[in-house]
Amino acid sequence: MSMSEAAPRATPLRAVHEGLGATMTAFAGWLMPLRYAGEISEHQAVRNAAGLFDLSHMGEIAVTGPQAPAALDYALVGRLSALAPGRARYTMICAPDGGILDDLIVYRLAEAEYLVVANAANTATVAAALHDRAAGHDAQVRDQTAEYALIAIQGPHAARILAPLADIDLDGVKYYSGYRCSVAGQPVLLARTGYTGEDGFELFTASEGAESLWRALAAAGAGDGLVPAGLAARDTLRLEAGMPLYGNELSAEVTPFDAGLGRVVVFDKPGDFVGRAALAERAQAPPRQVLAGLIAGSRRVPRHGYQVTWDGVSSGTVTSGAPSPTLAVPIAMAYLDPETAGRARDDTEGRLAVDVRGRPEPARITDLPFYRRPR
Amino acid sequence: MSIPDELRYTAEHEWIAISGSVASVGITDYAQQALGDVVYVSVPAAGSRVTAGEPCGEVESTKSVSDIFSPVDGEVSEVNPDLEDDPALVNSDPYGAGWLMRIQLDDPDNDAGLLTADEYSDLTKESK
Repeated sequence: MSMSEAAPRATPLRAVHEGLGATMTAFAGWLMPLRYAGEISEHQAVRNAAGLFDLSHMGEIAVTGPQAPAALDYALVGRLSALAPGRARYTMICAPDGGILDDLIVYRLAEAEYLVVANAANTATVAAALHDRAAGHDAQVRDQTAEYALIAIQGPHAARILAPLADIDLDGVKYYSGYRCSVAGQPVLLARTGYTGEDGFELFTASEGAESLWRALAAAGAGDGLVPAGLAARDTLRLEAGMPLYGNELSAEVTPFDAGLGRVVVFDKPGDFVGRAALAERAQAPPRQVLAGLIAGSRRVPRHGYQVTWDGVSSGTVTSGAPSPTLAVPIAMAYLDPETAGRARDDTEGRLAVDVRGRPEPARITDLPFYRRPR
Repeated sequence: MSIPDELRYTAEHEWIAISGSVASVGITDYAQQALGDVVYVSVPAAGSRVTAGEPCGEVESTKSVSDIFSPVDGEVSEVNPDLEDDPALVNSDPYGAGWLMRIQLDDPDNDAGLLTADEYSDLTKESK
């Protein structure tokens, strides 16, 4: 594709990252910070204090107009018309055959105003599909990715670092809600969402204000353990939290039901929606595969694409794997055939294994998530 | 990024310090930066035969796994015992406490194929 061959796009915070000595990497067409001091220390800072992330590669697509609620009910698998203004929802956009085109967070900013946040690699696909699916509705779809920067502050200290800078009371901002307000004098959409398994916030702001907002947050958290955190830490944080990643656990080849996320599909809504018939069929059928958590029995790491075996016979595929900084062992998510997933629970003889570069390494199955934050 | 003048190098981003008939081997500063945080190092046990250019171990980091290639022919005489508990030494001190193994050389006078610091430095610039 031409997009991946072009020079990666820089976020409004590129100079900040380079000034911090970040290792930069091309990701989904963007030049992003992979790590600063080191991904393990960044991961641990987010678990124990707080981390600051540049997520400006994420796509922001505005859907507005009197029939925006109906357009999104038709375009997405969730019932976005039932979302109260100020609230957010995790949802998906599917193809007519039920395959996942992307997983999304949708914010309802006002009665007739939504913000759809898409993965960087899928933003163009999602914007085009929303545009097509909104046709015939009195609704407008605009890809505003270039106008937005997105900064996340995540971790147990995030709220107390952010609170003095915000002109609203954060106690009133519940999980999965988002409001327009001001942080360090900058207009932002402040949302209590994240991808780390910790309490935290995501701040959408105009690109021009991104650098001063980042510096204000960094300064406010400097004495409270806040560190900049890159994509490498973001990946291990979301893996421990059992959160799926598009391109790994999710793809056009799987439906929300195959991914164990059938709960995002709402059949009880007015009118048709794209994928309804195919998804209704999938909802009734026995699962084709089960998304399972694996804990490795050796220090060799199961990684994306490795085969899972039962008595040496291929029984599944690893979708994501990494050494877990919190558990101090390698962990993975994998699609297993349902029979293997069932009997692996009682496996005491080491029959479940992952083929790690030609050598079987024992693994045991576990419930997701691997990590749940203390409350 | 540091590339000490007194060491020799391979295109696989390993360094070699030859002292008499023994070569100490590790991965370069460039390699550890590219790998990120190292969490596990596997090298052949003492007494194992290794062959120049052949994979003989692996380095696991958060994001990836890489083969270790033996830079020389010989027999492993010692492995770094500290890496078992503290593989991050490879990141913090790649040319010192993060060494991987020592190899008793079959032919101490043969340094064919090993790069000088200048040659290795050029190679890292090309691969950027």
